This record gives sequence, C-alpha cells and structure tokens, in this order.
Amino acid sequence: MAEITQSSAVPALKNARSGWPDLSFRWLALLAAMTIIVLIVLVGWELYHGARLAIAQFGPGFLVKSNWNPVLDDYGALPFIYGTLVSSLLALLIAVPLGVATALFLTEMAPVRIRQPVITVVEMLAAVPSVIFGLWGVFILVPWLRDHLFPWLRATLGFLPIFSGPIYGLSMLAGGIIVAIMILPIVTSVSREILRSVPDLQREAAYALGATHWEVIRIAVLSYARRGLFGAVVLGLGRALGETMAVTMVIGNRPQIAVSLFAPGYTLASVIANEFTEATSPLYLNSLFELGLVLLAITFIVNAVAQLMLRTLTGGGTGKT
Amino acid sequence: MSEADTIAACRPSLRQQKQRRVTSLAVTWLMGASALLVMTPLFLVLYFLIREGASSIDWNFFTQLPKPTGETGGGMANAIVGTLVLLAMGAVIGVPVGVMGGVYLAEYGAETANYWIRFTADVLNGIPSIVWGMVVYAMLVLPFKGFSAYAGGVALGLMMIPLVMRTTEEVLLLVPQSYREAGLALGIARWKIITVIVIKTALKGIITGILVALARVAGETAPLLFTALGNNFWSHNLSQPIAALPLQIFTYAMSASDDWHRQAWAGALVLMLMILSINILVRLLSRGKSAS
Repeated sequence: MAEITQSSAVPALKNARSGWPDLSFRWLALLAAMTIIVLIVLVGWELYHGARLAIAQFGPGFLVKSNWNPVLDDYGALPFIYGTLVSSLLALLIAVPLGVATALFLTEMAPVRIRQPVITVVEMLAAVPSVIFGLWGVFILVPWLRDHLFPWLRATLGFLPIFSGPIYGLSMLAGGIIVAIMILPIVTSVSREILRSVPDLQREAAYALGATHWEVIRIAVLSYARRGLFGAVVLGLGRALGETMAVTMVIGNRPQIAVSLFAPGYTLASVIANEFTEATSPLYLNSLFELGLVLLAITFIVNAVAQLMLRTLTGGGTGKT
Repeated sequence: MSEADTIAACRPSLRQQKQRRVTSLAVTWLMGASALLVMTPLFLVLYFLIREGASSIDWNFFTQLPKPTGETGGGMANAIVGTLVLLAMGAVIGVPVGVMGGVYLAEYGAETANYWIRFTADVLNGIPSIVWGMVVYAMLVLPFKGFSAYAGGVALGLMMIPLVMRTTEEVLLLVPQSYREAGLALGIARWKIITVIVIKTALKGIITGILVALARVAGETAPLLFTALGNNFWSHNLSQPIAALPLQIFTYAMSASDDWHRQAWAGALVLMLMILSINILVRLLSRGKSAS
C-alpha cells in the first residue's frame, strides 16, 4: 500500500521539476516579460534610425535652430521644444495646486460618505479620450476663453508681457489649460496615494500639540509627503509633455516663440501629428522623426525620474492612473 | 526672564488663536472648492457631449458610411466597426504577451530582473502615444509600403502590453501562497498550478485589467494617425487603411463643415458611451472581487 502511494508520487514530483511542458511554459513567460525590454530598445532604435538623415544634416544645432521651413527643406526644433515646455509648465501651474488640494481634501477633510463619489468622478475624468477634450476645447472652451477669461486677464494683468498682445483664442494658454485638465486625474490620484501613506502617528502628534486642522496638514502631512508629492508632479509633467490630440486642436499650431501666452504656439507632439503624413521630402520626414526622438528622450527621462522617486517611497505600483 | 515667563510669552494670545482657527477653516473651504473645480470639467464635457451630440444620433449614424464633402447626412458605421476591429487586433497582441509577462513577474522572476522589468514597463506606460504611432510607422508602414489596419492594431497592442502586464502581476500576487503550496504538495506540475489554480483564482482581476487597458486604448487617436490612417468606406482587407471612431472625430472636428462638426459631436458621444460602459463593467467586476 505504502509502496503504491510512493511510486505514484515520484513521477509527479519529477514532472513538477523538469517536465518539458513546465520548461516551455517558463520560457514563454520569460519571453513575454522580455518583450518589455525589447520594446524600449525598439522604440529608441526605430526613432533614431528614422531620424538619421536629419541628425547627419543638422547635428546638435537642430535643437537650438528656430527655422521650420519645408519649402527650403530647413528644419530646427526650438519652437516646438519651447511650446512643449511652456504648455506643460502652464499645465503644472494650474493642475498641481488643484490636484494636491483635492487629494488633501479627500484624505484629510472630506466626510467618508462623499470621498468615493469624488474619487469616481476623478477616475472618470481620466477615462475621457484626448480627442474628446480637443473637440470640447475647440468648440466650447476656447470661444469662452477668448470672449471672457482672456480679455479679463489682459485687463487686470496686462502690464505683464505674458498677458499682453492680441487675443486669438487658439493659443499657448488654451493649450496649457486643456493639458492641465487632462493631467489633473493622475496628479490627484498619485498625490492621494502618497498622502494615504503618511502614518497617522504624524497627524496625532501634531494634534496633541494643539495644532489646528490646517497646521496639522502643513506641519505633519505636507512636510512628510513632500518628496512623494514632488514625484507626483514629475509624473504629471511626463504626461503633460506627451499630450497630443487635445493640444493639437487648441494650441493654434504656429511654430513661433512668442512672449505672450495669448499667441499661438506649437508642440513637438502636435507638429508630428499634423505634418507626418504630409512630409514630402526624406529630410522633412527625418526631421519629424528627430522631433519624436527629442520628445521620447524628454519623456523617458522625466518618467524614469518620477518612477525612481515614487518607487523609493511606495515600493512601486504607481504607473497607472 | 524665568522659564515660566518664556512659556507665557510663547503662548498665543486669544486673537492669534482665533486667527489660526479662521485660517484653518478658510483652507478647508478652499480645498473643498478645489475638489469641486477638479470635478467640473467632467460634467461640462458630458453635458456638452449630450447637448451637441444626442440630437445627431439616429439609425443612419450607426448604419451609413460617411457622405462625401458637401453632402449632408451619412453616418459612422465603418468607423465604429473599425474601432472594434482595431481593439480586437490590439487585444490579440496585448493580452497574451501582457498576461504571460505578468505571470513571469509574479511567479518566476528574480528580484533584480523583476525590478528592472517593472521599472521599464512603468516608463513605457508614460511614453507619448504619438511615439508608438511613429515606431509602428517605421516598422510596418514604410517596409510594406502602405497604411494598414494591421499597423493600427499593432500600435494599440504594443501600448496594451505594459498596461496588462502590470495589472496581471498585481492580481496574481494577491493569490495566497498557500494555494500554490497546496498544488505543489499534490505533485501538480508548476505550469498547471499557475494556469489551473493561480490564474483561475485571479481571473476576475486579470479580466478587469484587460478591460481597463482596452478602455484606455479605445480612445487613442495619435497612434492611429499614421498607421490605420482612416477610411471613408468599409474595409474588406486588413492590409488596407481602416476607419476608427477617434480618427473620424478628429478629422470632422478640424473640418470647416457644420454638418461634420455635428457628426463629430455624435461620434464623440458614442465613443464616450463605449468607454464609460467598459468602465462600469470594470467597476461591477471589481466590486464582486472585494466582496468575496
């Protein structure tokens, strides 16, 4: 009896260790996981390969040249880099205070009953496709900005060069505002994760010292969560830099470097979206690929920094919205 | 000054205390107002989608092809079908690779290797979708000399891989270790333990993750611009350009025709409803998960 049990168990155990189905399953899984590494190399290589003519022709000067002239076949990336950075920074200026304040409201203040509905609404905002924000931006938001907010800004803050000059509607500021709306969900949800990881002991200690609600937040919560919140901001920046469709539809698409935020601008992602299928000469297409390479390099670095900052704090798992 | 005097001097006056309390209250209201402001865009977008789009949705919208420039009427039947076809092709690539990669991370991988794969996957999730479009253009459109549904599907599929991989790993790690040990104790092969016990236990979570990834790529326009390209007719051949709802919305929104603007709103409403219904499904599934 005992012998039978043993003899039936032994082949099974052997099978568990070294059977070929087991080995091939393992290799299949390894292969799938490795596609991630292959993909990142592939993305970098394809863009570099696609841009090689432009890289050879213009060298590093491509990054600081502000001509973009398909007729003369002469290309420079500066207006697009400028537009991408300015629209993203505007978006951060708007979205970070609002997003962090909302996260604080949700973790520190809101009654439990209204927390979940607010969280659900913020998650739904993240689900709205870029092109729908663009559609809404072009037909609803931009006309409103042109007729109400921008004239008011010019009347009250017109002494600043950034709020002067003619009002077009389709503008850098409109681009910044639409991107701000689109990164609000990720800034809010990542900030909320960070704030939730602040130990209650911190808060209790501050309350015990007689601090008011706001003082608890300022002294115990915000100072504790500072680094993590910075990570959330950097992650938001990464998303802002790569936003394509909505920005393309509202930013005005003019390759220029203007001081006024009411003037149209252009971003790396938008010029690729608009001109890629129209690129007639090989150098034109290669220059667009090089813009893509610049965009990839910027977003790669920003995202890597954000992940490293958040990872040391929360142990990963912050890549989702 | 004695110690008691110092303490007395440090103690806030009544006026200061009141000021502190008022500041605190003001900040509380300010944060509540921020939360309201953050929620506003969603309601505004949904309101205008319904106001501008609902009246243009009729039977024709779901059954007819787009009309040529200048003619009114027509629908987006081909774009709706196109989006479904592209999503199916994306899932064929993204789901198996993503799920198997997640299995590797959760069940096999060594600590260091896993760290870097996770890290790379998170960075890939942050790469702008337009970059994926360019990469697939260089990979599939240039060599085969033409835009195609295949290229669009591959672009969406590649974007899905890191998304599905990360969520699969997360839910697999939630399966109690004792389940695996029980399987091993019974002498079941490792791959059988993973497929029959672990994946089966976590199946709901994996499906949720796949749906989230589908909802995310369903609204993508940028990666399709120069892969699937768009098409005003029915596609009978996947090696030809294919229409997609987001592409059609973009083209119509940027056109000068009022009738096309009307249709863009209708298309946007349909796309939004598709994505919202996937999200509601996800919510129903995950509610069941937390209850069990």
